[in-house]
Amino acid sequence: MDQIPALARVFAYLSLLTIGGGMAAYPEMKSLVVDVHHWLTNEQVIHIYSVGQMAPGPNMMMVAAMGERVSGLAGAAVAALAFFVPTGILTFGVGRLWNKLAGWPWRDSIQKGLGPVAIGLAVAGLITFGRGSITGWVTVVIGLAVFTLTLQTKINPALLILGGAIVGVVALR
Amino acid sequence: MTFLIIGATSFGGGVVAYLRNALVTKKKWLDDDHFLELMSISNTLPGLNATNMSILAGDRVGGTLGSFLAMLGMCVPGFIFMTVAGFLYGEQGDRPLTTAALRGVAAAAVGLLSATWFSIGKKSVKGFYDAFIILAAVLGVNYLKFSVPVVLLAVGALSIFIHRPAKQHPPEKDSEWIRFLH
Repeated sequence: MDQIPALARVFAYLSLLTIGGGMAAYPEMKSLVVDVHHWLTNEQVIHIYSVGQMAPGPNMMMVAAMGERVSGLAGAAVAALAFFVPTGILTFGVGRLWNKLAGWPWRDSIQKGLGPVAIGLAVAGLITFGRGSITGWVTVVIGLAVFTLTLQTKINPALLILGGAIVGVVALR
Repeated sequence: MTFLIIGATSFGGGVVAYLRNALVTKKKWLDDDHFLELMSISNTLPGLNATNMSILAGDRVGGTLGSFLAMLGMCVPGFIFMTVAGFLYGEQGDRPLTTAALRGVAAAAVGLLSATWFSIGKKSVKGFYDAFIILAAVLGVNYLKFSVPVVLLAVGALSIFIHRPAKQHPPEKDSEWIRFLH
């Protein structure tokens, strides 16, 4: 229970880094959750994040599972609220202001400028994530297969993730 | 209600595609231009596109209450799913079978996320500066080991500066050119 305020702090802070998507915050999340607070091991973070890819709705709802591991149901609720409410309020406010900013020349600059930053941070997050989860030739094959199938076909991604689980059970035991 | 259905059925990410299908194609609450405009706001702000879009679209459709309900509908199913997943993981996560399955899931997630960002990158990277900014962010986080907020502020400021508003060119330039031709 004593971890609740720390959970709220960490996940509210992480939510502010998610420019362009949750992956941008991944390296910082790993260092806070694993190295600073010792709530989970690196492997557990990777597992929970991966399962989050199958969840309905926003994938970053996996913060609830992390909160659950740390402090049970209350932890899940606090982590999710801390992660989604502050940025939610920000979005709501800016959404109302946005049209008033239409004539402001920097509005376009900010929008165009943050695009490549978001991609860069996502790639950085992906590298951090991949270093922990691509560990041998089987995982390389799974990763490449899913990469190709996602780009070439319209298979639901959740099914591909499930496929990864099945291959894992057969080949990685 | 619509958002609750999307929240419950949009498995495997790509929530934005589900939202567009429901809001623009089926319900006709927003037109395509409107949707793209909201999308660009969602991308610029921190927070996930799925929830940001729900909040913005909910506000346009049903005001403050609509916005709140949209966000709630989007989040509750996933919250239940992931809380249960967290609990089960605690109970069963150490079994060799579970670990093997999760290692497969993690590898598949790498492939999926790479593909997603590969397509986004292919569509939106224009020119040398954008590529340079991406590289700077990656090097900053992964190799120089700066923390994400430091990189976000430094590289973000640089990138916004590169894309700073163009100075208004005085119209004389054109006439000078025309004079030169004569």
